[in-house]
Parts: sequence; C-alpha cells; structure tokens
Amino acid sequence: MADAKAGAGNAIVGMGRGSYAMLLVFFLGPAVVIYTVFSIYPLLATIFNSLYLRQPDGAYIFNGLGNFQTLLTDTTWSAPFWNAFRNNCYFFLIHMLVQNPIGLALAAMLSLPRLRFRATYRTLIFMPTMLSVVIIGFTWQLILSPLWGISKMFLNAFGLGFLFAPWLGQESTALITVSLISVWQFVGIPMILIYTALLAIPEELIDAATVDGLNQFQAFIWVKLPLIFPTIGLVSVLTFVNNFNAFDLIYAMKGALAGPNFSADIMGTLFYRTFFGNQLQLGDLSMGSTIATMMFLIILIGIMCYLFLIQRRMQRYSF
Amino acid sequence: MLKTGLKTMLLTAVAMTAFAGAASAGKLTIESWRNDDATIWKEKIIPAFQAKHPDITVEFTPTAPKEYNAALNARLEGGTAGDIITCRPFDASLELFNKGHLAGLNDLPSMAGFSDVAKSAWTTDDGKTTFCVPMASVIHGFIYNKDIFAELKLAEPKTEEEFLAVLEAIKKDGKYVPLVLGTNDQWEAATMGFQNIGPNYWKGEKGRKKLIDGTGKLTDPEYVNTFAALAKWAPYMGDGYKAQTYPDSQNLFGLGKGAIYAAGSWDISTFRGQDVPMGAFKAPPPAGSADCYISDHTDIGIGMNAKSANAADAKVFLDWIGSDEFANILGNALPGFFPLSNAKVTLTDDVAQTFVSWRGECKSTIRDSYQILSRGTPNLENEMWNVSAQVLNGTMTPEAAGAQLEDGLKKWYAPHQK
Repeated sequence: MADAKAGAGNAIVGMGRGSYAMLLVFFLGPAVVIYTVFSIYPLLATIFNSLYLRQPDGAYIFNGLGNFQTLLTDTTWSAPFWNAFRNNCYFFLIHMLVQNPIGLALAAMLSLPRLRFRATYRTLIFMPTMLSVVIIGFTWQLILSPLWGISKMFLNAFGLGFLFAPWLGQESTALITVSLISVWQFVGIPMILIYTALLAIPEELIDAATVDGLNQFQAFIWVKLPLIFPTIGLVSVLTFVNNFNAFDLIYAMKGALAGPNFSADIMGTLFYRTFFGNQLQLGDLSMGSTIATMMFLIILIGIMCYLFLIQRRMQRYSF
Repeated sequence: MLKTGLKTMLLTAVAMTAFAGAASAGKLTIESWRNDDATIWKEKIIPAFQAKHPDITVEFTPTAPKEYNAALNARLEGGTAGDIITCRPFDASLELFNKGHLAGLNDLPSMAGFSDVAKSAWTTDDGKTTFCVPMASVIHGFIYNKDIFAELKLAEPKTEEEFLAVLEAIKKDGKYVPLVLGTNDQWEAATMGFQNIGPNYWKGEKGRKKLIDGTGKLTDPEYVNTFAALAKWAPYMGDGYKAQTYPDSQNLFGLGKGAIYAAGSWDISTFRGQDVPMGAFKAPPPAGSADCYISDHTDIGIGMNAKSANAADAKVFLDWIGSDEFANILGNALPGFFPLSNAKVTLTDDVAQTFVSWRGECKSTIRDSYQILSRGTPNLENEMWNVSAQVLNGTMTPEAAGAQLEDGLKKWYAPHQK
C-alpha cells in the first residue's frame, strides 16, 4: 500500500510540465466543465438578467440596481417579498425545531446496541425522502382531506373529531401543515447523516464512559453528542440551503399562488410566479431573476455566517 | 462530363422541389394546443371542409397545451410555423399580432357573423382590427343533480332569493352537500363564483367597459354586492371546503354527493362520463333585476400566419370556420365548448343546449379581468383569485375585497388613478 503511494508520487514528480498539465485537465476538466455549464453560467446569467428591466412592449433595458430597489422599497413588490421571506424563515425554523431533533433522536435509537430490525426501520424512515414530491403532496392532500381523508375518521374513532379542521385551507395553519409534511418527507436525511457519525465513534470511548459510571443516556449526552456536533452543523446548513430553495412541495399542494392569501408563499413560489407567470400574469424575466438573486444572496449570507462564526470555533476530534 | 452530370442532377432536384412546392400550394397546416380534440378535427371537421373544398388539404398538427405558446413563438420567429394558428384569448395573441406574426382579418366575409363581445378577445385595444376568428367559448352557470332535486321536490331557482332558499332546503335535509365549490385552488372561487354571478350585478359589458375606461371602480356597489352575495354561500358549501380542491369538487358532484355545482360548461363532458343526471340553471339575478347577464367567455380563436405561403387558401378555410356548418359540428363534437358565431346552433347534448340557450335570454359578457386589466403588477386576475377565496372563507369582508382589488389596479393602471 505504502509502496504504491510512493510510486504514484514519484511518477508525478518525474513528469514533464506538459504531461502534468494534461493530468490536471484529465482529472479536473469534467468537473470544471459541468459546474461551469450547469451552475456558474446560469448563476451569472441570472445576476446579469436582474440588472435589466422589462418594458411594456416586451423589450429589456439596462436598469442597474433599480430592480433591487423596486423589490425592497415598492410595496407592490416588497410586501409579497417580505411575506415570502418571513414564511420561509418560519418554514426553516420548523425544520430546525422538529425535523433535526427528531432525526437526531431516531439516529440515537437506531444506534442502540440491542435494537432488532435495525435495517427495516432505517429503510422505512428513509423511504419518503426518495418518493416524488408530487406523490407526497397528493397522498397527504388525501389523508388530510375533509371529504375523503382518513385523518378525520381517525380522530373521530378516538372521540377527538372536534380537533379536525381543513388544515391545508386555513390561513393560520396552511404553512405549518405543509412544513410538517416536508419534515415527514425529509427526516430521513438528518437521521442517516447523524447515524453514520454515531457509528464512527469508537466503542472504547463508550466503554470508558460506562466504566466511569455513566448510563446509556448520559453517555449519549456527554460523550456522543459533543463528538457529532460537526455533523449537526452540517445538517443545519443543508436544512438552511434546502429550505430557502424549497418550492416543489408547496407548488404541488397549494399551486403557484400558495394561498389562502399567500399564507404558504415562500421565496421559491414567489420566484416561480414572477419568472414564469401565472394564468394572465405574463412571466417577467428580470424581476424573476432579481428575486432569484436575492435568494442566492440570502443563502450566501447564511452560509458565510455559519462558516465564519460557527464552523471555525468547532472542535474536531480524530480517532 | 462528370461535372455536367452533377449539374443536371442538381438542376433536376431543384426543379422537382419547386414542383413539389407548387403541388402543395393547396395544403394548410393548423397549429393548435387542443391535442385532446385531434380526433374530432381529423374525423369530423376536416372532412366536412374538404367535402366543400376538395382542392385544399388540411392537416391538424397540435402541440401539448403547456408548450404551445413557447413552441409557437419559436416556430413563428424561425419561419416554420403552420399557415393556420389557433389563438389564445387576449394578450398572448395580441402580442403575436403586434409582432406581425398574425394577419389582420377584417376583410373576412364571415366576420360579420360575430358579435363585438365574441371578437373582443382577438381585437386590438382601439377596436379597429380583428386578427382571429372567434371559435369557441365557455359559459358559466350552475349544474344540478336532477335526482336530488326530484327527491327533495325542488325547482330550478330563478332569482338569488330562490337560490338561497333551495340551498337552505338541501342543507336542512342534510343528506347532500348543497353547493359544491372549494377554495383550496383559489381560481374556482374567482372563476366559478365571482365571474359566474357577477355579470348580473355589474350589467355585463356595460360594467366591464366602465372598469376599462376608469369610470367604474372595483369599490363600487356592484362589485361589493357580488362579494356580499358570494359570502352568503359559505354555510352551504361542503364540510371543509377551505381545503377542497377542484378535482375534489368534480368528484363530489360526480359521485352524486352534491346537489348544485358552480360550473363552467367544460365540466359537462366530465360529468357525462360519470352518468350524473344533470340539469342546469343560469346565475340567478338579484332581486329587482330587469335583465340577465351570463359569462360567455371567449376561449379559443383561429387566425392566419401573416407569412403563410398559402394565404388565399388559408382565408377560404378561416371563412369556413365562421360558417354555420362549422358552428354545428364544433358544438356537437365538444359539448361545453360553444361556437361564438351568431349562427343558430342545435346541440344534441341537452345540458349543453340549456347553457347555449341562455344566449337568447340574456346578454353575454366575458370575464372582466381578462381584457387589458391584467397587464400590470399586481396582476388583477391573481388578486381576484385571492380575495374571492378569502371572501368565501370568511376571512375578508366584501368591502375590503373591493378595496384591495381597486388599490392594486390603481398602482399601475392610469384610468383608475384619476
């Protein structure tokens, strides 16, 4: 093994400049091309588009940062924008408070030493993540339907029928309902990530803790949890990025207007409506791009905060 | 020697292509998004046309509805679009005309057989040029389950008062959902609710034109009263109507669990498939109305590619689209889509016939948000979906609904800023 490594190193050292460049192109080229075409170019094009303004006759003229000013100060645009932003924060908060703790708890339970049917649980809990949102949206709409849904009958069976409400159709409950459905769908991801991190913790540490007199629960809190903080940080960042890019589930269940009264409207649906249009509303390339650029900036700021304020202070352990 | 041979071959090829082009001079291609209707075009409409004009061959080449606008635009820009273009109503087609893709059709003889309302969807803002032949409309009203009405001994309501009395009677009986309409998808509330009963309040075209020229406001009593009438429906809608989707509504009525369905005529064929014993009545006018008005909304038109190599034949075809013969074929082949010409049409589907008979009793109008008024931000049509659903949900007063619509329109539409 060590010989092979040294051999490869010697081969590179002994290489001519030209062949070394060739090697770089060979290994980095595909990634550079794919990222440029599918990620960097669309991103730059979107930012570029956001600097132009659509005229009533359909032509586009250069407008500098004017679109951003309109989006943030003109109430026609700023009211829906801040509403979507607020809803999006709420959507993220629910994921952080519900999805990730449940994911953590599930991972902790899965890593219990004497658990039976471990693989079955793991697969079942992970399953919804792999289903299409359209299927999930449709299924939950049926489950929660006041007309044919089983949730109503289920509550009735326990004499709790008075608790039932058309949750998806009320301004006060639509967003939280959709958020919880999304939590149900994606809870498998934090579970799997945290579960693998827990598996990587050496047995000796737990054994030592047990010898020191800690029970299972205490060992989890005081030994395992600090060791998986980096993974929890990663899960939080993934949740943040996915939530601020979310669109499909809300679109599938509530349509592009994400009602009632835009109570379930998030940045993704606002962007979609603006960019592609809706019924009689014609698509507006430049304002749509402006919203997309704002989404990019919000996500960028969020990730920077994480990288500079949290990740740097985090202690890592290697075993 | 070889060179000459090649030259001859090329020349022959060119000549043959030219000849082939000349031979296909009588060939027309139709662009359309109605791929559902492809069989009807191929088996009924085109053969009927060719029986009269055997020298012109017609081919129907539809695109999927969602891709139609984009694909058509690309083909028109690239010069590969067909000769005949099926027209979406209002701004989408107006843009094509302004870009010079659609030809003006004022000189078409059969244009005289269409009313101004029918033509409004494909006429320039100044009313001077019409660029598509109006083909089909959809009419709003209410479809009811005849068996339930017979069981509860109810009669078709003629006025708004009677309508509410009928709803109350069905509610008292308790076996059926009185009014099938959901607010989850929002457009149902606006289209099947607000635009369905509204024309009786704002006097159809008169009110619609007043909104466009700015003399009428959405805060006027006719609009607030429409919302107030909508608000009265809430107690009679299905349990949990706030989360009821459009397919839910269709199923509820289709399965015979609902008595009255706030309808668009296109639903007729859906319910025919489920064997519902149907009848229909028009939007019941409020007390003291002298006339009645119906929403007879222009939906499909058909025009000519301005760059068609075959303009003369295309005009012959479009003129035939405006004929009584076409009107009768279309109306019977697609129950629920009604021909827009003034021709006397006899429909074999009795419910479709009931819908179309209202044209003789009442004045027709189109949805008031469609022409001109939905061009700005905020979009009036979207706003109407939102506030109509809220009024039905009981989370917004009729006055507030009118005020929100007017405020939105005032932000960008000059005639309302005075």
